[in-house]
Amino acid sequence: MASSVNIGEHNLKLAYDRYMRYLFIASALLLTVIIAAIIIFVGQQGLMTFTEVSPADFFLAGKWDPTEGKYGALSFILGSVYVTLLAVLLGAPLGLAGAVFMAKIAPPRLRDIMRPATDLYVAIPSVVYGFIGLTILVPYIRVQFGVNTGFGLLAAAAILAVMILPTIISISEDAIRSVPRALEEGSLALGATRWQTITGVILPAALPGILTSVILAMARAVGETMAVQMVIGNTPQIARSLFMPTSTLTSEIVVEMGNTPFGSAWGNSLFLMALVLLLLSLAMIVVIRRVAGERTA
Amino acid sequence: MNAEAIDRGPVIMKDKRLISPKVIDQVANLGLWLSGLIILGILAAFLTYILYKGLPVLTWDFITGMSTDTRAGGGVGPQLFNSFYILFLSMAFSIPVAVGAGIYLAEYAGRSKLTDIIRLSTESLATVPSIVLGLFGMIIFVNTLGLGFSIIGGALTLSLLNIPVLVRVTEEAVRTVPHQYREASLALGATKWQTIWRVVLPTALPGMITGLTLTAGRALGESAILIFTAGTTVSRQLPDPNLLAAGETLAVHMWYVMAVGLVPDRVEIANGIGALLVITILIFNLVFTIPGRLLQRKLSGTKN
Repeated sequence: MASSVNIGEHNLKLAYDRYMRYLFIASALLLTVIIAAIIIFVGQQGLMTFTEVSPADFFLAGKWDPTEGKYGALSFILGSVYVTLLAVLLGAPLGLAGAVFMAKIAPPRLRDIMRPATDLYVAIPSVVYGFIGLTILVPYIRVQFGVNTGFGLLAAAAILAVMILPTIISISEDAIRSVPRALEEGSLALGATRWQTITGVILPAALPGILTSVILAMARAVGETMAVQMVIGNTPQIARSLFMPTSTLTSEIVVEMGNTPFGSAWGNSLFLMALVLLLLSLAMIVVIRRVAGERTA
Repeated sequence: MNAEAIDRGPVIMKDKRLISPKVIDQVANLGLWLSGLIILGILAAFLTYILYKGLPVLTWDFITGMSTDTRAGGGVGPQLFNSFYILFLSMAFSIPVAVGAGIYLAEYAGRSKLTDIIRLSTESLATVPSIVLGLFGMIIFVNTLGLGFSIIGGALTLSLLNIPVLVRVTEEAVRTVPHQYREASLALGATKWQTIWRVVLPTALPGMITGLTLTAGRALGESAILIFTAGTTVSRQLPDPNLLAAGETLAVHMWYVMAVGLVPDRVEIANGIGALLVITILIFNLVFTIPGRLLQRKLSGTKN
């Protein structure tokens, strides 16, 4: 009698156990549902642009004037690409040097300060970065380089370079740290200096992680919206210099989305820009998986 | 440089390099120190600038007052309320899902196709630009469901930003729990769920709390997601807990006054909001994470 009660109780526990397992799987699958929904909804809305605008006109023309039916997004696409590359060019070397410093050179006490400092870099809101860019950097560029406004690629890239620092630092530092100590000691024992060991042994061994950090930084830079919008100048023209006001995909979406009727060709073309951003960032995930896969292979 | 080469004696005879590796090493060392200090310096300069400009603005009237669109002297009371209201709601939505998914990845997932897909989804969701998440939320909540700009729509869309980060936080924290704990619990006849609930999660909790606080700090400053979901206007009542009211947050307001707004004292307002956000973030990052870190140290100190 007693044992049958126990068995019933036990079965209940097992059922509960199974039930919780399904719940966990369901939560995990919800992530897949969400990302699929994002691709489908943004994609559907964006692709409707092509009922009125030809792909060539959207991707290859630089003239953006929705009131006249011109939907050339080339200047925004180029703006995003330029700003991203320039930001990585400015930010990656400093971030990488910081990562090496943190992992190999800094005294433990300083390292204990730098780790929360990197978290703080992430935590500062992008509007605050944009505000600093707008109130300090843009006037500085205007005076220093003697240009009209100071808005443009350089201002945006410089702010982005700071914003991507934490991504590069934390992921590169992890990669540098996970290089086996034996490799490092072997190099030092052969008489190499610390710098020779860093450049000849540690950095090559940590390369997949470093590349991952740079690609993730690019993903962050290309998707950053508010800070860029505040310093880029928001003018739909292809940038021919670092100081010419221009626009990016993200900044153009933020500036215009509020004024466009949902479902119009104008509105849809902004969703198409979002789709381009989405596909760019998904492509970067694929690249990262390739890079990381090479390490294990 | 010649003197250097002579100093180093006969071994260096074949060394054709202009500068000795030791000098390069020292220069590089200096460069790396400099990089580290520049990184700390930029952060310190940014924080100091924002606090220096903004702290004088932070009066009680500014923090709790109603905002105005046209006159000078408005406050940010409704925005402050909305910021924390939306943050709270979005964390309440994202924590159960993210913890569930994180536990699945850490405890149940084997090497299967399903796991691969889930991992790929998490990584992808983590890199989706926030403006794209914002537009997605706009399609769903504002247009398809016809809610207009609302606090609930903003909070749910903001959850999409939090979830992938929290999944990673949970998975990492759960993975650091030693295997012996689980095996001891299972050997005593506990089911897997009982083991997770009574043994694994309590041990992983300190690590999760730290990650949660950092995520919350990040979500508090988010604006691109909220502009087209929670909107750029506020309710006339304060506080207004209505989930369907428009809910401009501090960060959105800061952007709005600088980029679009017509208020004469917009720079003052932006300075004040900047300081308010930075102070909150310092509290989230430095003060709130301390209990988690201490608890972590204590647990690993007494139990391992």
